Amino acid sequence: MKLLGFLIVLITGAVLIWATGEFPDWGDPGSPASVHVSPRYIEKTLEETSVPNAVTSVLADYRGFDTMFETTVIFAAGISCFMLLRLFGKERPETLHYRHLLTGLTIRVRRRKQSPEQLEEFEPMDSLWTPHDLILRTLCRFLIPFIQLFALYVIAHGHHSPGGGFQGGVILGASLILLAISQDMQSALKRIPERTLAMLAALGVSVYAGTGALCLVMGSNFLDYAALAGLFRVDPVEARSLGIFLVEVGVGIAVMATMILIYHNLASEGRLDEGL
Amino acid sequence: MIWQLDLLVLSLVVACGIGALMIKDLLGSAILFGAYSFMMCVLWAVMGAVDVAFTEAAVGAGVSTVFFVAAVFHTTRRSKD
Amino acid sequence: MEQILDVIIAKYNYWIYITLMMIGLFGVIAKNNLVKKIVGMSIFQTAIILFFVSMGMKRGATIPIVMHDHGAHGPIQAVDYINPLPHVLMLTAIVVAVSTLGVALALAVKVYKKYGTLEEDEILEQIRKS
Repeated sequence: MKLLGFLIVLITGAVLIWATGEFPDWGDPGSPASVHVSPRYIEKTLEETSVPNAVTSVLADYRGFDTMFETTVIFAAGISCFMLLRLFGKERPETLHYRHLLTGLTIRVRRRKQSPEQLEEFEPMDSLWTPHDLILRTLCRFLIPFIQLFALYVIAHGHHSPGGGFQGGVILGASLILLAISQDMQSALKRIPERTLAMLAALGVSVYAGTGALCLVMGSNFLDYAALAGLFRVDPVEARSLGIFLVEVGVGIAVMATMILIYHNLASEGRLDEGL
Repeated sequence: MIWQLDLLVLSLVVACGIGALMIKDLLGSAILFGAYSFMMCVLWAVMGAVDVAFTEAAVGAGVSTVFFVAAVFHTTRRSKD
Repeated sequence: MEQILDVIIAKYNYWIYITLMMIGLFGVIAKNNLVKKIVGMSIFQTAIILFFVSMGMKRGATIPIVMHDHGAHGPIQAVDYINPLPHVLMLTAIVVAVSTLGVALALAVKVYKKYGTLEEDEILEQIRKS
């Protein structure tokens, strides 16, 4: 199998390298990819949408359909991960583990019994992975708000600098994954429960599609944001910029929720009781 | 970019890619794949694709490594090849 | 001699991308472990994304953020900016890649739960026995 695979790879590689003879030189400004439609995008983006970042305007406006269905693909991936892994039989773990902060003693509490959650000197923990690292926990506590603030900046400032819904959503999701890793999964799930995550993933996709439908209601084409001008009382160019922002927010919400959903299901094998 | 540095990054990418496939420890494979993604992100930033590089730094080097570690943690770490 | 050197300078980037792509393909075909196969698939994806991004590269151009909003004057020349179209296509491709990676890893975890191994030949043997 190894030899056969190596032969296939060698032949394919040789054919592809032979084909590079026909390619334009690397970095050639006159290559066919950059002379047909892309000059129009670059020259008109500021005039038509008032968004200087050409990538954002092409992503959310000129090729809005493409991005809408990419978001749907991400949503579908999150749902299929949930369907594959989630176990419903044992909804909640039988016992929960808590550590007494002063002495380091670990206690096991059966569910439905009086839990020491309300007491200050107990912390919840996972039974397999028991980090008792004050530095790690404190540092993550400090870092997570800043990461989330940065993610919001990335989403909101995507018009003028690199960034946008996808990047901001992934960073926002990563901050909550960091919470689930550095503390424990239960405290992350207490912040955003699973039900809310699924709702948010669906909400993100519907914000995107709903913006398109709003344009339809205002008497224009689907995802033609210039129609929103009457609604927001701005000129059509500004309205397109606003429409791009709305769509980016939808993408950000959907990507964030999907990333956290996939992580929770992968890290707990679908039981959602304790993480790594 | 200075072409020597460009060539260095390209060869590091290839080395990380081969290493990620050759190493027997799956956790090591996941970490090497993260390094590979990060080198790739540097390469894209050099080519002027700032948005793509940003996405890859957040997604490829960050979240996918976490996914790999989570999956390896619940399966096995050893691999025969 | 100089002609050959010109060809090498103009094309060596493409050759390295194809090498990467073939490393990924070899991982998918010949590796026995499922997680290794997924790593190979991801390497293949990234190599293709790298190829697309390099297609939009223009020598002597800057990043595709129009500078007029930041104080520059004169008409906007498309030659001054890198082609944004491949970037857009590949940006969405990366995020879809991580979602498919999640689904693939979920399937691997499921397979491990059922067969107790990630090696392809052992799984096939168990299927044949039962």
